[in-house]
Amino acid sequence: MSLFEKHAVFEKNSIVLLLGILVMVAIGGLVEIVPLFYLKSTIETVDGMRPYSPLELAGRNIYVREGCYLCHSQMIRPMRDEIERYGHFSLAAESQYDHPFQWGSKRTGPDLARVGGKYSNAWHVAHLSDPRQVVPASVMPAYAFLKNAPLKADRIGDDMKTLRIEGVPYTDDEIAQAQADLAAQVNPDGDSSGLLGRYPKAVVADFDGDPTKVTEMDALVAYLQMLGTLVDFSTYDDKANLR
Amino acid sequence: MGFTYEQVAMFAQQSVTIYFFVLFLAILAYALWPKNKEPFDHAAQIPLEED
Amino acid sequence: MSLEEGGFAVFLGLLTLLCVLLAGKALDPVFAFHATIGAIASAAGVYLIVKAYIDRAGKEVPAEINGKPNYNYGPIKFASIAAMFWGIAGFLVGVIIAFELAFPNLSMGLEWINFGRLRPLHTSAVIFAFGGNVLLATSFYAVQRTCRVRMPGLVAPWFVILGYNVFIVIAGTGYLLGVTSGKEYAEPEWYADLWLTVVWVAYLLVFLATLWKRKEPHIYVANWFTLAMIVTIAMLHLVNNAEIPVSFFGTKSYVLWSGVQDAMVQWWYGHNAVGFFLTAGFLAIMYYFVPKRANRPVYSYRLSIVHFWALIFLYIWAGPHHLHYTALPEWASTLGMTFSVMLWMPSWGGMINGLMTLSGAWDKLRTDPVLRMLVVSVAFYGMSTFEGPLMSIKAVNSLSHYTDWTIGHVHSGALGWVGYVSFGALYCLVPWVFGKKDVYSLKLVDWHFWISTLGIVLYISAMWVSGIMQGLMWRAYTSLGFLQYSFVETVEAMHPYYVIRGLGGVLFLTGALIMAVNLYLTITRGEAEEAEPAGALAAAE
Repeated sequence: MSLFEKHAVFEKNSIVLLLGILVMVAIGGLVEIVPLFYLKSTIETVDGMRPYSPLELAGRNIYVREGCYLCHSQMIRPMRDEIERYGHFSLAAESQYDHPFQWGSKRTGPDLARVGGKYSNAWHVAHLSDPRQVVPASVMPAYAFLKNAPLKADRIGDDMKTLRIEGVPYTDDEIAQAQADLAAQVNPDGDSSGLLGRYPKAVVADFDGDPTKVTEMDALVAYLQMLGTLVDFSTYDDKANLR
Repeated sequence: MGFTYEQVAMFAQQSVTIYFFVLFLAILAYALWPKNKEPFDHAAQIPLEED
Repeated sequence: MSLEEGGFAVFLGLLTLLCVLLAGKALDPVFAFHATIGAIASAAGVYLIVKAYIDRAGKEVPAEINGKPNYNYGPIKFASIAAMFWGIAGFLVGVIIAFELAFPNLSMGLEWINFGRLRPLHTSAVIFAFGGNVLLATSFYAVQRTCRVRMPGLVAPWFVILGYNVFIVIAGTGYLLGVTSGKEYAEPEWYADLWLTVVWVAYLLVFLATLWKRKEPHIYVANWFTLAMIVTIAMLHLVNNAEIPVSFFGTKSYVLWSGVQDAMVQWWYGHNAVGFFLTAGFLAIMYYFVPKRANRPVYSYRLSIVHFWALIFLYIWAGPHHLHYTALPEWASTLGMTFSVMLWMPSWGGMINGLMTLSGAWDKLRTDPVLRMLVVSVAFYGMSTFEGPLMSIKAVNSLSHYTDWTIGHVHSGALGWVGYVSFGALYCLVPWVFGKKDVYSLKLVDWHFWISTLGIVLYISAMWVSGIMQGLMWRAYTSLGFLQYSFVETVEAMHPYYVIRGLGGVLFLTGALIMAVNLYLTITRGEAEEAEPAGALAAAE
């Protein structure tokens, strides 16, 4: 059998065609994806990264649910204008616990990778409720309904357990304390030492200004206020992780 | 694992270039092989033939 | 009852029970709602199988009538009509969100119709609902005709088509109710993903089984493209949607991958959804419908083989160009760029092959607006596959990324290439499967063509201007070295272009509505084809 009769098998035998296709399309993905899990240089070693607190995680789920990533990126590129506009360029380490990642692909609105701490909680609540009252030229939809939606997070511990299976280092203690931590983070008058021990730098506040209930607004603002705040860039050495 | 960025990059670039080039030549040879002309000419007519 | 009918009936019967159980134990209302849809749909499936079994009264459906294959057109008819329906729905939602960006109070703060929830609805409706049904219809038609054999199975082809549309209903209603996995172009949650996997495997099996029964020794190249589409989409879908549900009784899941790895997997998926769903799948249409409509064989069959292998090999690498200058390691991003630039060659090889099929018959473009639509789609394919490699170059990408330029690029491919090749194929397919001579009115096709072309031109030029302008404004500095524009100033500058883009969308939607009317009239009032024996059509139902 000559080489080219073998090729004829390729076309006449659908299974061989199918396998040929599979081999062709598998290689690119293998070469590009698999090394990312093994090369140490893929994710920098940084101090300060921690998993999301229960309230932040609930807020992040609202961020995902409302499709915020469709207009806001969370990935600052290492270019002068972006660094001046948004802050230090984003590190891979900063999204290492993000299931799914929310880097985004479009900036109809500004990047949010380091929005945490830039505005007050009251500003965020006012802006989310009626964006054009705060920023007249904004094209963002209004999210006033978040203020009236009670946060459904009574099973947030299950979410944390699922994430732990996927590699997020939640401890048994953190999962056991999920509800307490969630309540502590919206109560500035209570004892938040346990929460802050488990989740350093977590912002504790009555985010939406309504102490009577925990709303989706509380959770979303808590998430926004921690974005990009965990890594201390005054001590971070860019050169150490040069790739 | 102890690979450096340079090693991986070099390996990826070189192996992929060779792999791609060889594959491309094989496909080209197959498509242009004179013996295959007739079956291909017939195949091109398949959509136009009425049953 | 055949093994196939019985098997499907038992499977769907068990699925009904499972869905009822899930609905009863659901942790959130959307999951209960979707489980109810699942229960109703699978129960309806059982009913349809039993009814069809009783109707055929023990008679086999003949594979051939008078020595000619008794092609199975029923599922194709359904998918063609579904494609038209979802197309209009998807274009309409696109127009709505386009105007929401121009006039943000349009959504009135209602969470169900905010941009963030409607945008996945738009993309899924046009790509997977419209495009998917077009692909199912055309691939089932082309594979039967080029193999000269009726596709096997009484239930299986229907299961593929109906099951796929149930997936779309579940995914689409989920988006509106805030159920999403948060991965662009892969937003359906874990249970919808699982269901799609089942349907997709059935699609692969029906397609392969048709190839196995074929009377032609050679597998026509259009079927190569379809097979590559089916296999690759299956691989991408499974890897990108590797999710762990928080509970088997709730909607929420978390994808296995995180951060930079998730980004790489996502755009490996995302770019190849373009490469294999929106390109390979629709190239199969080009390789069957353009020659058929022009009544000429493809320009070079040899070129089509090189086109096929080079395209599928190169495309799979291109994903990382969506992640230039991000936290993705540079080696991956460089690989993505290199292959994206190389991809230009097979793409244009394919375009030349499609266009040159017309050589010697260019006059048909003047007289046949359906062929014109097909040919212009190939020209748009050439245009966007030139623009794509250009935008994948890092220096260009540093400007274009995150801006409307990307949106414009996507739509020149989506409206011009995928849209037009689908429209052209449906204008051919609907008369063929409903036994009509031709579309009801070629004049209306002409109107559709010109109105939508104007719409596309408005759309993509508005997005080019707004995208490049915004990219330049972001990086503009004053003479003192300060950033010249605040972010919101760049948003303000977009307004006129967002209005123009919306108007372009309205024109494109108008064209599609004209098409829907035309196809409706074709089915109801079109002149019947004499050649086809009436019995064959009736039995093909």
